[in-house]
Amino acid sequence: MYEGVVQNLIDELGLLPGVGPKSAQRIAFHLLAADPADVKRLAHALLEVKEKVRFCRVCGNVAAEEECRICRDQRRDPQVICVVEEPKDVVAIERTREFRGRYHVLGGAISPIDGVGPDDLKIRELMVRLADGQVTELILATDPNLEGEATATYLARLVKPLGLKVTRLASGLPVGGDLEYADEVTLGRAFEGRRLLDV
Amino acid sequence: MHVASLSLTDFRSYPEVELTLEPGATAFVGPNGQGKTNLVEALGYVATHSSHRVATDAPLVRHGAQRAVVRAVIVRDDRRALVEVEINPGRANRARVNRSPVPRPRDALGLLRTVLFAPEDLALVKGDPSERRRFMDELLVARAPRFAAVRADYERVLKQRNTLLRTAAASRAGRRRAPRRQDDDAAFAAAGAGDVLSTLEIWDTHLVRFGAELLAARLHLVDLLRPLAAKAYATLAPSSGLADLEYRASGLSTDIPTLGTNRELLAECIRAGLAEARQAELERGVTLVGPHRDDLLLRLGELPARGYASHGESWSFALALRLAAYDLLRTDGGDPVLILDDVFAELDGQRRRRLTEIVAPAEQVLITAAVPDDVPPELTGARFDVTEGSVTRVR
Repeated sequence: MYEGVVQNLIDELGLLPGVGPKSAQRIAFHLLAADPADVKRLAHALLEVKEKVRFCRVCGNVAAEEECRICRDQRRDPQVICVVEEPKDVVAIERTREFRGRYHVLGGAISPIDGVGPDDLKIRELMVRLADGQVTELILATDPNLEGEATATYLARLVKPLGLKVTRLASGLPVGGDLEYADEVTLGRAFEGRRLLDV
Repeated sequence: MHVASLSLTDFRSYPEVELTLEPGATAFVGPNGQGKTNLVEALGYVATHSSHRVATDAPLVRHGAQRAVVRAVIVRDDRRALVEVEINPGRANRARVNRSPVPRPRDALGLLRTVLFAPEDLALVKGDPSERRRFMDELLVARAPRFAAVRADYERVLKQRNTLLRTAAASRAGRRRAPRRQDDDAAFAAAGAGDVLSTLEIWDTHLVRFGAELLAARLHLVDLLRPLAAKAYATLAPSSGLADLEYRASGLSTDIPTLGTNRELLAECIRAGLAEARQAELERGVTLVGPHRDDLLLRLGELPARGYASHGESWSFALALRLAAYDLLRTDGGDPVLILDDVFAELDGQRRRRLTEIVAPAEQVLITAAVPDDVPPELTGARFDVTEGSVTRVR
């Protein structure tokens, strides 16, 4: 154990995801040795992120203003909404530059074990967005795990009466990979989701 | 296949031990409580990622240590594979194959296949249905490692669904009545979201999907095991009645054997069972239908073995089940490693001879015994003496 203040810092850092006690100690001592101006900048950034960043009132993504950059962008197709679990999923999809529609961030997935039900997700907000009939396609891009699948199934059933096109991201083989290295579950999914080769 | 070397770090009583093994019979001899079973338990862990003695991993790690490591070199058709499993109680285990980490520990399953006979096997006949479900599931995984994923997914759905049912049961009982929110949005209200039960159907879908897959696989497995177990039992105890197996699915109204192993039909059947049990499930807050509640009925002649069979008959039945598993694994490629943990001491002369005859031709047999006399002469091979945690080769 270190002197009070240092130990406090180590404890706080240790609460961050992916940071164990050893890493927390290393970061703490790095900060101790660092230039005071650098540390001030970090502290300022930490405070600022909590003060300034909020969630977009339309899609739930992180935003610096009332609405996020994507929701304000008039060039984005308002007819297609891609539903994701977390803001970081938006970033992942944006990197592909394939998708020109809009997003809806749920803020998690249905998981009774973690006490997360539909009410705890931004599903109500999604239904409000769909109510005006402008949206024609809903892409369900929740994680391909049990909870993500459950959330996707739930949403698909919920919006079924609205009669819009609901799609789910394909899951299967990684691009550039070798078939022989794929595990059975992934390969099995790829078989399930095979498509007609149009030539 | 056979194990060419086994080394343990902080596993049970062993801080560090390394053994070189050979094909054929190998005996570990020593008084009780000296660590013989720990050696074969470690090997069983490499094969199944679970212990045949305890349900949790914590007792496997030496007292005071953070983790245990088991390494085994497995030789199959002259090809060697080094499998390493790091046991981290309460956290995810890690595994390496030939020094490269695998993404998930279960990817290392299937490289070593063992059939382990132990005094605990008596529970297969006399114990709870969970013992027999575990027997079937571990055999499924040994035959097709893919089932480790199916089993894990099923367990996960079950846990989610049970949590949901419990929450529902609690809120119905009024103990946890959440204030109802004002609903402005008509579509939302019509869909009935907000109710705890609105997501139950979703979990039903997943439970049915994985449940049917597991059920179909188990039914197929029992079909394969039936003649093998009957044959093994007749060999071990010729004067006793005919041994038979029957899969019992709980909570399903349709007669399962008539459905065969058609997954769609089985799924339909589980779905119907769930619909019927809905009220009871809501009252008790637990999932009442599915493979997690099924049983494998063991019969001797007309009578169920459980409750009716004598101690000797129960033992023979347990051995017959293991031998049937051995036969099955052998037919789909590669002799599994046979482990006989303190088994001969429990058997009378006749059964001891019969068992010896069956296991002697195996590629590798590992035997633990308290005294050298408990090792049948036909199974004389290498011998290790185990005393106070030290293992020395004497022959």
